[in-house]
Amino acid sequence: MALTHLERLEAESIQIMREVVAESARPVMLYSIGKDSSVMLHLAQKAFYPAIPPFPLLHVDTTFKFREMYEMRERMAAESGMELIVYKNPEALAQGINPFTHGSAVHTDVWKTQGLRQALDKYGFDAAFGGARRDEEKSRAKERIFSFRTAQHRWDPKTQRPELWKLYNTRKHKGESIRVFPLSNWTELDVWQYIDAERIPVVPLYFSKERPIVERDGALIMVDDERLPLRPQEKPAMLRVRFRTLGCYPLTGAVESSADSVPAIVEEMLKARTSEREGRVIDHDAPASMEQKKQEGYF
Amino acid sequence: MNDPDSGQRPLKSLLRFNTCGSVDDGKSTLIGRLLFESKALFDDQLAALESDSKKVGTRPGELDFALLLDGLSAEREQGITIDVSYRFFSTEKRTFIVADTPGHEQYTRNMVTGASTADLSVILVDAQKGVLTQTRRHSFLVSLLGIRRVVLVVNKMDLVEFSETVFARIEEDYRRFAELIELTDVTCIPICAVNGDNVIAHSAATPWYSGPTLMGFLDRVPIDEQRLHKKPFRMPVQWVNRPNANFRGFAGTVVAGVIKPGDAVRVQPSGRVSRVARIVTQGGDLPQAVVEQSITLTLTDEIDVSRGDLFAAADGPAEVANQFEGTIVWMSEAPLLRGRSYLMKIGTKTATATISPIKHKINVNTLEKVPASKLELNEIGVCNLELDRTIAFDPYRENRDTGGFILIDRLSNDTVGAGMLHFALRRAQNVHWQAIDVNKAARALLKGQKPCVLWYTGLSGAGKSAIANLVDKQLHAMNRHSYLLDGDNVRHGLNKDLGFTAADRVENIRRIAEVAKLMIDAGLIVSTAFISPFRAERQMARSLLEPGEFIEVFVDTPLEIAEQRDPKGLYKKARSGELKNFTGIDSPYERPEDPELRIDTTITSPEEAANIVVAVLRKRGILETD
Repeated sequence: MALTHLERLEAESIQIMREVVAESARPVMLYSIGKDSSVMLHLAQKAFYPAIPPFPLLHVDTTFKFREMYEMRERMAAESGMELIVYKNPEALAQGINPFTHGSAVHTDVWKTQGLRQALDKYGFDAAFGGARRDEEKSRAKERIFSFRTAQHRWDPKTQRPELWKLYNTRKHKGESIRVFPLSNWTELDVWQYIDAERIPVVPLYFSKERPIVERDGALIMVDDERLPLRPQEKPAMLRVRFRTLGCYPLTGAVESSADSVPAIVEEMLKARTSEREGRVIDHDAPASMEQKKQEGYF
Repeated sequence: MNDPDSGQRPLKSLLRFNTCGSVDDGKSTLIGRLLFESKALFDDQLAALESDSKKVGTRPGELDFALLLDGLSAEREQGITIDVSYRFFSTEKRTFIVADTPGHEQYTRNMVTGASTADLSVILVDAQKGVLTQTRRHSFLVSLLGIRRVVLVVNKMDLVEFSETVFARIEEDYRRFAELIELTDVTCIPICAVNGDNVIAHSAATPWYSGPTLMGFLDRVPIDEQRLHKKPFRMPVQWVNRPNANFRGFAGTVVAGVIKPGDAVRVQPSGRVSRVARIVTQGGDLPQAVVEQSITLTLTDEIDVSRGDLFAAADGPAEVANQFEGTIVWMSEAPLLRGRSYLMKIGTKTATATISPIKHKINVNTLEKVPASKLELNEIGVCNLELDRTIAFDPYRENRDTGGFILIDRLSNDTVGAGMLHFALRRAQNVHWQAIDVNKAARALLKGQKPCVLWYTGLSGAGKSAIANLVDKQLHAMNRHSYLLDGDNVRHGLNKDLGFTAADRVENIRRIAEVAKLMIDAGLIVSTAFISPFRAERQMARSLLEPGEFIEVFVDTPLEIAEQRDPKGLYKKARSGELKNFTGIDSPYERPEDPELRIDTTITSPEEAANIVVAVLRKRGILETD
């Protein structure tokens, strides 16, 4: 009896999560509410069953997520029985940092990168699970599953530890931490096929529906609340769209689609001609921008 | 939201392979082509590739697939690949994970990493060049990592006019070599990656070739995990799951065989036997579990099991030992030294391993065995390893997961080596520690003292011997039983075969630490006065002893002052180049980070220092007060 590719990926992710729990003092799971987080949470529940996963969920909030994401977050925290920590960078809150007046780069840096670093320091987490995959972006393709950060949260791509077999070296000095990516070897299609096979709940924004949309700089932006300042001549129109990735609503472009179920999404994926990160405004800020963000402490 | 008729698992299998080739063999082009043909490249990625190709590409007017794989900006700028990168694509039947590793000599480490998880290897050669030294090196590494199935892709066939003769000669060359290194399953395919010949579809240019296309081969080749199904059950215990008093489960990943409820399992190394009660999952209990599955087992008996133990089939257990022969691939800038100890992680167990003799290193180009006392970065050697505890294992060739290990430096925490166990050394099973009735405690009691070692460390000329000598005299005057092991004296006898290279210094300290340990066992207060420049060895000596027995005395004298004193005229010789590897001059001294006692000799005389040391011994209860 040979295992299917999803069974092998699942087993690998579970093995990674258990290793972190066995060898870390204070692990945490970064929960960003998207499909990858949903899969990661589901795998954690399987890995530690019948125990509840022995770590909290951490959401580094930017206050600009879609409303449906916040609803999903509360629901999943309640259903999983895990502690949910929501962290909002107090400086960003005080200064009212937002993508409209400060731009996407500053917004992301202050809320997400700084916020994440503050949260990890505040709670003393020494290992944090993230849902990043190697197929997402070129610098990710070379990142280890166990990715070390200095006490200043910096990533140095040149001093990565070799990872052989199923052996992970989790030792670190005081103050250092590890980012762990259990979904490293999954592709976007694997994620959707697994969501389908395991019937994992995901935010409804992934499914096609008529939504109020403005077209801005080539991206389809959803008017999720009144904070989105409309430019002259901009008028929200109802379009049948869905989202391939979810982030801050003013920075996440929708795609026109009629896929309204998981199988329809899988079907659409098989025909897709653009990568999922195309809709992300932040990746296009500067060449090699993801690599630089990661060096600064972004996930 | 989900369609009620969904929930079907797509029945694809997963194949992991790694690719190796020399610079300019067209490896990136081939991988780019595989991704492109299997539609794993999206339009926006292609557009980015097109613009990158124009900017920094090496082939004007063409897509430079290499840029797709060079993920880090440093790589793109320098036009090199510095790390393992992982790529993904799929066909109707299978999904593939490709570990792509660069071909340069200095990246043996990356190739070994990429090959460690591969089911098979794709090795590229340029049809114009044939089998090169690099090809042989790559093949040897692949074989070393236990891969038996290799595809030799002969690329750039268009540049040799798709000649059958050229291909046949390369194939013959390669097969002859492959046989020598136990690569038993070799498939050779003539291709042209740039144009796609024999990559997906059979090429009209090679009517003489009737074998599979590369994609056809990858799609249909049997996956090696089947071999492990037939082996006796193995599962390293990764985590003990105790959510409440009524449940005690053992989580781990099956690395060999099949397990069912009712099967008898042996817990190793202890050897206790129990039976599997349940295989617990969130979706209900399983009737069986197989290789690669991550599961949770419960047992029918309450026996002692913890992380690091190995579950094995009761009637097919693993071997148990604490001394081994193995091959080590060294991955660190600082060399592997004989006698130095490292943390060794194997399965879910971490032990301390000391490298006893390095038998030889292997010249990866010629496969020659070369004598060696150390291994440098990217070198491969056969060594003996001594562990501080007994572990269960299988030879690596039987099972990667119970025979493969990594070595970790205790101070830097870096992964500095990877290795493969060959076999247990027989003497490990026959030499047992002789339990002696009159023990350390009994002897110490008689002497009215607690045994310990005063480990003086510092530069040559710092004043170690002077202080140690004064302390020893005081102890003697107090009727205490002590012994002073002096650096120079030991080198006249026990260690006269050792010189002053880093490797010999490590062995020097190892022997002294072992002698000090025996003397402590005899109940003595031992003083050692050696430069002992490396933290790792002082840590090793400390770890041999029980807590509280190792008292590190850092005799702190600045280099200028030690050099001024120069009681033996050694600094002068070192400065003139007459004396090599002299600590402080051309060999490093690593200052203790947290010594039990630090003596600053610029403000403390040797007599005062001796008084301080004796006071510390009193305070620590080493000397019973009369």
